[in-house]
Amino acid sequence: MIVKDKPEQKTICFHCGEDAQDQSFKIEAKLFCCRGCQTVYEIINKNNLCSYYDNQNSPGINQKQPIRNGKFDFLDDEKISNQLIYFQDKSQKHVIFYLPQMHCSSCIWILEHLNNIDKGIIKSQVNFIKKEVSIIFDFHQTNLKKVAESLALIGYEPHISLNDADKSKIKKYDTTKIVKIGIAGFCFGNIMMLSFPDYFSIGKLEDPNLKFWFNYLNLLLSLPVFFYCAAEFFISGFKGLRQKFLNIDAPIALAILITFSRSVYEIISDTGSGYLDSMSGIVFFMLIGRYFQNKTYQNISFDRDFTSYFPLGVIIINSDGSEKQVSVSELKVGDRIKIHNDEIIPADSILFLGKATIDYSFVTGESIPVEKSIGEIVYAGGKQTSGAIELEVIKKVSQSYLTQLWNNEVFKDTKDEQKVSFIHKISKYFTYVLFSIAIIAATYWLIFDNTKVWGAVTAILIVACPCALLLSSTFTNGNMIRILNKYKLYVKNASVIEKISDVDTIVFDKTGTITEQVKSQIIFNGMDLSSEHSQLIRSLANQSNHPLSKSIISFLPFSKNLNIKNFKEFKGFGTSGLVNNHFLKMGSSEFVLGQNTIQLNSGSKVYISIDDEFTGYFNIKNNYRKDLEKIVTALGKNFDLKILSGDNDSEKNNLENIFGNKTEMLFNQKPEDKLIFIQQLQDKGKKVLMIGDGLNDAGALKQSNVGIAISDNTNNFSPACDAILSGNNFYLLKELINYCRKGKTIIYSSFIISVLYNFVGLFFAVQGDLKPVIAAILMPISSISIVLLTTSLSSYYERRLTKT
Amino acid sequence: MSAIFVMIGASLLIAIGFLIAFIWSVKSGQYEDDYTPSVRMLFDNTTPQEKETAINQETFTKTKNKK
Repeated sequence: MIVKDKPEQKTICFHCGEDAQDQSFKIEAKLFCCRGCQTVYEIINKNNLCSYYDNQNSPGINQKQPIRNGKFDFLDDEKISNQLIYFQDKSQKHVIFYLPQMHCSSCIWILEHLNNIDKGIIKSQVNFIKKEVSIIFDFHQTNLKKVAESLALIGYEPHISLNDADKSKIKKYDTTKIVKIGIAGFCFGNIMMLSFPDYFSIGKLEDPNLKFWFNYLNLLLSLPVFFYCAAEFFISGFKGLRQKFLNIDAPIALAILITFSRSVYEIISDTGSGYLDSMSGIVFFMLIGRYFQNKTYQNISFDRDFTSYFPLGVIIINSDGSEKQVSVSELKVGDRIKIHNDEIIPADSILFLGKATIDYSFVTGESIPVEKSIGEIVYAGGKQTSGAIELEVIKKVSQSYLTQLWNNEVFKDTKDEQKVSFIHKISKYFTYVLFSIAIIAATYWLIFDNTKVWGAVTAILIVACPCALLLSSTFTNGNMIRILNKYKLYVKNASVIEKISDVDTIVFDKTGTITEQVKSQIIFNGMDLSSEHSQLIRSLANQSNHPLSKSIISFLPFSKNLNIKNFKEFKGFGTSGLVNNHFLKMGSSEFVLGQNTIQLNSGSKVYISIDDEFTGYFNIKNNYRKDLEKIVTALGKNFDLKILSGDNDSEKNNLENIFGNKTEMLFNQKPEDKLIFIQQLQDKGKKVLMIGDGLNDAGALKQSNVGIAISDNTNNFSPACDAILSGNNFYLLKELINYCRKGKTIIYSSFIISVLYNFVGLFFAVQGDLKPVIAAILMPISSISIVLLTTSLSSYYERRLTKT
Repeated sequence: MSAIFVMIGASLLIAIGFLIAFIWSVKSGQYEDDYTPSVRMLFDNTTPQEKETAINQETFTKTKNKK
């Protein structure tokens, strides 16, 4: 067999690190893979920025696909550019660009030296985590378009979408949470310090003057804690009560309120020094817990909607033939628009001029581009792939096919997260039990010693605060989120972990989910394909409808179709025909060579012979994800698996090999169909985990109990989902689900510990004899031990996760 | 005993000073991006010499002479 394996050589592009075999682009001793990379190097070199290459080897971004001239023309339009500028004075404008290409320290370096390339740029600062660069430029010397072009010139083409125009969506970094923690910590520490003398002399300070001052100082310090830091517990608890729902914040708010009012009473009436140290400590610990749990990932946007798909500007062709840039949101029905190659169609329209080959893979999952002729409707969200076309808009952007999906009810109601969690159920019982203990103690003291009623009841509520319960869940979840993040499963919020642990059915999308996003890989093994031979093969393949033929067509360079005589198709074997007086056979080895060869590696092979001479074979790789079979068998034991696909059923056999024939598979599913399918499963009481990728799954992802988007690039568009899993770690799916299930165990066990602490506290409290020092010792010990327990348990389970 | 009042007052004032410094640092966005600054500080401020000599001939020779 004639298999040529190219020897591996270390000839890589100096700029981007890709293969630079042909050595045709060369400056001095530096090789480049393409003209684009070479140009970028020249610019960087000219502007004295070569340190770019010192920090990291070949840090550049591949430039094989050149950026169309005039791509940023729309930024010349004042109206559009003003939507992006967030600050402006007499000489400066400030703008933030999103640069998804940013990936290394060299990127930071060059982007912060933009001034060398465009003198009008005063300052540029990178936020690497958000992949953003904020640029201040002098608009007398340069303009927004030039800035964007300079970025594109060195390979960092800014991603500008309709989403950026909506300034209300710019999320300001929320600092109030950290400030609250800071203040609570400060007050807690100082109150603790001022209470120390009190602890040691237990109630009897020698200098009454000192005691007076310390108590009032404590009171003063506790005011910001009570009124500012703890405010969120009161608000949330009150909101819950108004909806007739006892959430976990309600008992906490009650405990804080009672602790505070009893302390104030004791201090003012000079009967004691209160429990202000315990109160501020509780608030401090709980705020930290919340912060841990809610630490969201700035670098991942979960709430991207259709606006981040659409371009910001589009070219309108006026009736006199002149072109004008307008903002997409201003498009009207009847406007004539021009779409260039590789641009996304912003609104449903009719093809007016040009040849449209539209890639709908984002919308439908169908990977093969659809050809449209003049007069046909093209839908928004498709990507034009063959030259420029002119379209006439028939629906406004907000009403188009794609956006309608977002108008589906699923996207409107935000699931009431609180009601689902089992922690809230526990906290409800906890509160009931607590109240009954308080009532029993109150009646007991009413009968025997009615001076102690008030003391006992407040002490019970103070000491049995469910904060330990809340802490156990917040710290467990916070730590689990961090650990899952390490395995590149990014969850939207803590409740997702619990939802994942409840799942019993897993629905996979096919394209991009269980297959890799890279289109099928085709390698030709055999003699060198001359252009004549490739034309012959392409012509024959063109006659066949088999998906493999289609893959081959897309692989071979375009050529004119030749006439074919005697075309025959043998189902399951191959095709043959007389092309240009050459007899071609293509198909299985049995069909072409007359013998069966052993299939070594996965993938389909298409053998070719021309004039009965074996030319070679195409190896078309099944681009299923790594270890898919293993994952599927492992998951199949515990879960109901199902497959939804927007594609046709050409892969059905392959899928059945992997999933077994019991798995339900549905093909040709439109986005709405997928959504309805999930709904039906849920109506049957199933807890559905949907695993999908693109926009076409957005509805299903949102409808499902948990929607996980698989993404090979976490900065890619990620539709409405609860979690994002990196494609490289797809093989860990089962382990990660199991890990989420462990979360409950951890919370339960730490809850038991906190109940034990509560028993000790209650023992003192029911006697109406809770000394501040006991509360002050019990409270931090219980909190800290629970924090330690949850973190060590979740790390222990993590180690078990990596072992398997 | 009155010394303790002064000391407590002083310690509180100092602590409040730190608290204000902390709040200021949070508000001014110093915790917004905890990655980039760590990389940024490792970059050399000097750009390669070739062009530098052309532009800043004077300053360059000055520093040379000093050496």
